[in-house]
Amino acid sequence: MNLDNVSLELGPNKILEAINLSVQPGESVCPVGPSGCGKTSLLRLAAGLVDISGGSVENHFACTAAVFQEPRLLPWRRMLDNIALGLKARGVPRKERLDKALELADSVGLADKYTLFPHELSGGMQQRVALARALAVGADLLLLDEPFSALDVGLRNEAQELVQHLVVDRGIASLLVTHDLTEALRLAHRVVVISGSPGRIVYEHRVDEPFAGRTQAWLYEAAAHLLRQPVVSESFLYNPKLEMA
Amino acid sequence: MSSLIRTVLSWGGSLTGILLFVAIWEWGSLNYGSFLLPGPRDALASIHGFWQQGELWGAVWATTWRAMTGFALAALAGLVLGLMAGLSHTLGRALEPVSTVLLGIPPIAWIVLAILWFGSGSMAAIYTVAATTLPVTFAGAQIGARTLDKRLQEMGDVYRVPGWIRLWDFYLPHIVSYVFPALITALGVAWKVTVMAELFATEEGVGAGLAMARVNLDTAGAMAWIMVVVALLLIAEHGFLRPLQKKMEPWRQGASQAKS
Repeated sequence: MNLDNVSLELGPNKILEAINLSVQPGESVCPVGPSGCGKTSLLRLAAGLVDISGGSVENHFACTAAVFQEPRLLPWRRMLDNIALGLKARGVPRKERLDKALELADSVGLADKYTLFPHELSGGMQQRVALARALAVGADLLLLDEPFSALDVGLRNEAQELVQHLVVDRGIASLLVTHDLTEALRLAHRVVVISGSPGRIVYEHRVDEPFAGRTQAWLYEAAAHLLRQPVVSESFLYNPKLEMA
Repeated sequence: MSSLIRTVLSWGGSLTGILLFVAIWEWGSLNYGSFLLPGPRDALASIHGFWQQGELWGAVWATTWRAMTGFALAALAGLVLGLMAGLSHTLGRALEPVSTVLLGIPPIAWIVLAILWFGSGSMAAIYTVAATTLPVTFAGAQIGARTLDKRLQEMGDVYRVPGWIRLWDFYLPHIVSYVFPALITALGVAWKVTVMAELFATEEGVGAGLAMARVNLDTAGAMAWIMVVVALLLIAEHGFLRPLQKKMEPWRQGASQAKS
C-alpha cells in the first residue's frame, strides 16, 4: 500500500498533511502519536472509509480487514456468527464458515464460548472476537486502530502477544495505530511518529531487533532512545508552550 | 427457588391491581344500583347468557378475525414502508407528513369513509383498523432503521457486507426492538377500532353486540362485551406478541438474566 503526499480535510479542519507512507507485504508499520494527531483518520482513509482531499492512496493488497478501537460486534449474533460475518459477506457456505470461525475462536483463546452473545463476553474477549473476525477473511493487510487501548496492562500484554503470533509472525502486513510507544516498538518493523496539527510524519524509525529479543527491558530502553530525539519528545512530552498556541 | 418466589410475587402484584379494580367496581355497583352500573357478577352472568344463546363464540371469532387481519396488514405495510423511509432520507421526508395526516384523521371518520366505500361488513372494519394502525408501525420501523449505529455500518463497509445480508444481519434485528413496542400499541388500537367499526358497520361481532345492548338498555350486557374484548386483547398481547418477541430477541433475554 502506498500513500503518496496524502492530505485530509474535514470541513474547515485540516487533519493530515503531506503523508508519505508505504506498507510492504508482510511488513508491520506502527504509526504512533499523541491523541488528536490524526492517527485514526489515517487508518480510516487507508480503509477507504473517508475520501482524501489530496494526493493518492494505492492499495495493492488483495484483501484488507480492520479491527476498530471498539469491538463493533453485532450484539444480536452469537460469537461464532460474529467471527464468520466477513465470510458470510463473501458467500462462503454456512458449514464451512462456521468451521473456520471455530478454528479461529480456538486460536484467539475463546474455546467453549462459541454460543455466547457479545455482551456476555468481557471487553478483552470482545476485542479478540473482532481480531478473529478480521483474520477469518484471510486478509493480507490488517488495519488496527488502537485495538487494545481500553484494556488493562495484563490483558494488553496478552493481546499484543496474540497479534504478534497471529498477524506479524504469519506474514500478514499490518498498519497498527497506537499512542503507546512501547506497544509500537514491540509489534513494528517500522515505527512512524505522527505529530502536530495538521498531522505530519515527523520521524521514522526502523526496528531491527528480532521479536524474540524485544523484552520489557529492551522496550523501555528503545522507547527512551526514541524519546531522546527532539522531534519525538516534542510531540509526546507535555509542552506548555505548544498547549498555549 | 428464589425465582419461583419472585414469579409468584410479580403475579401477586398484578393480581392485587386487578382485584382492587374489581372491588371498586363492585362497590360502585352496590352504591349506584345494578341498572346504572352492573357489578362484575352481573357481567359474568351476561357472558354466560351469551354463551348459552350461542352468540359468544361467533362474536369473538368475527371480532378477532377482523382485528387481526387489519393489524397484520398494517404491520406488514408499516414495516416495509418504515424500513424504506428510514433507509432513504428522501423517501422519509416524503412519507412522514403522509403518516402524520393518517395519524390525525380520527378513527370515526375512517369508519364513515369505509362504510361509504366498501358498504357495511367486515371489509369496512378491516380497512379502518389498517388505516389507523399503519402510522404507528410505520413510525416504529422508520426510527429503528434510522438509529442503527453508524459504527456498525462502517464495520459493514470494511467487510463489504452486501445489501441483503446487511438487511438481515444488521437492520432487521435492530429494528425489531423498535417495532415490537409499536406493534403492542397498534394491537391495542386495533381491538378498540374494530369494536367501534363493528358498532356502526356490521351485524355480528363484539361491537354489534354492544349496539344491541344499547338498543335494549342492557348495561350488564355492555359490560360483558367490554370484558370479552379486554380479555381478547390480553390474550393476543401476552399469549402471542410477547412470546414472539422473546423468541426473536434471545440476546436481550441473556442481558436481563445477566443483570438479575
